Amino acid sequence: MNLYTYASPATFYHLAGRLIPWFAWSAGILTLVGLYIGFFVAPTDFQQSEAYRVIFIHVPAAWMGMFIYLVMAFWGAIGLAFNTRLSFMMVRALAPTGAIFTFIALWTGALWGKPMWGAWWVWDARLTSTLILLFLYIGIMALWAAIDDVKRGDRAGALLALIGAINVPIIYFSVKWWNTLHQGASVSLTKAPTMATIMLTGMLIMAFAAWFYSIAVALARVRAIILERERHTEWVKDILER
Amino acid sequence: MEWASWSDFWDMGGYGLYVWGSYAVTAACILMEVILLKRGAGQTRRRLKRMRQWEES
Repeated sequence: MNLYTYASPATFYHLAGRLIPWFAWSAGILTLVGLYIGFFVAPTDFQQSEAYRVIFIHVPAAWMGMFIYLVMAFWGAIGLAFNTRLSFMMVRALAPTGAIFTFIALWTGALWGKPMWGAWWVWDARLTSTLILLFLYIGIMALWAAIDDVKRGDRAGALLALIGAINVPIIYFSVKWWNTLHQGASVSLTKAPTMATIMLTGMLIMAFAAWFYSIAVALARVRAIILERERHTEWVKDILER
Repeated sequence: MEWASWSDFWDMGGYGLYVWGSYAVTAACILMEVILLKRGAGQTRRRLKRMRQWEES
């Protein structure tokens, strides 16, 4: 199997079709397990009482918002470098899901911030850079909507994804560099998590659920995009006749 | 974590508005995305079929 086997839309279309159910089901099961742990196993927090339970969707959504943007920048770079159509289709398939997760992160953050900080919104380094991330997502989707020529739209979107990618490390390190209101990283790759194990377990399970969900949704969306763009090919004609 | 009663569960330590407000909007976003995706895929197929029939007739 050479590298380009799954770069062909026809091959990838069928592969994606087989993968979606696995990712969708595991996302559903992990969500149930994660929510069960989050609400019926994890104890009350000594400081935040029950309000902290928003963490089980706030953190996974924020991670996915940032991660999906980097994946978009990656496929954008691959598309620009190798001119592989499928890479650009993947960038288009990921954007809506990334935007939704970024919005969820901002929304759940505001509803968590109100009782804990006393404010729905603060122009804090992390919050502001995450808002910029949402604007970047919307900007990319607006570019696609504005540019009729598909190829030009792909290139413009990929370029903006690449340029905006610098914002993701800024978000990640913003709590350290500026140390404004948002708390520092409780979970990091360098040191042990400063969270109760059971709470951390619930949160990580929900993070995996969000990840598998994003894969399932992106694969489903890219299949629709593939059909759209490859409609003049024989294999799409066969599919449409079936 | 034993909740004394369902009303305690919904009250969520007095933070019910915030916790359930977060979870409700998240669930709504996810459901909306899945529904729009399924509908969109169906519409794409129908539109492509129609376009093919026009091209061939």
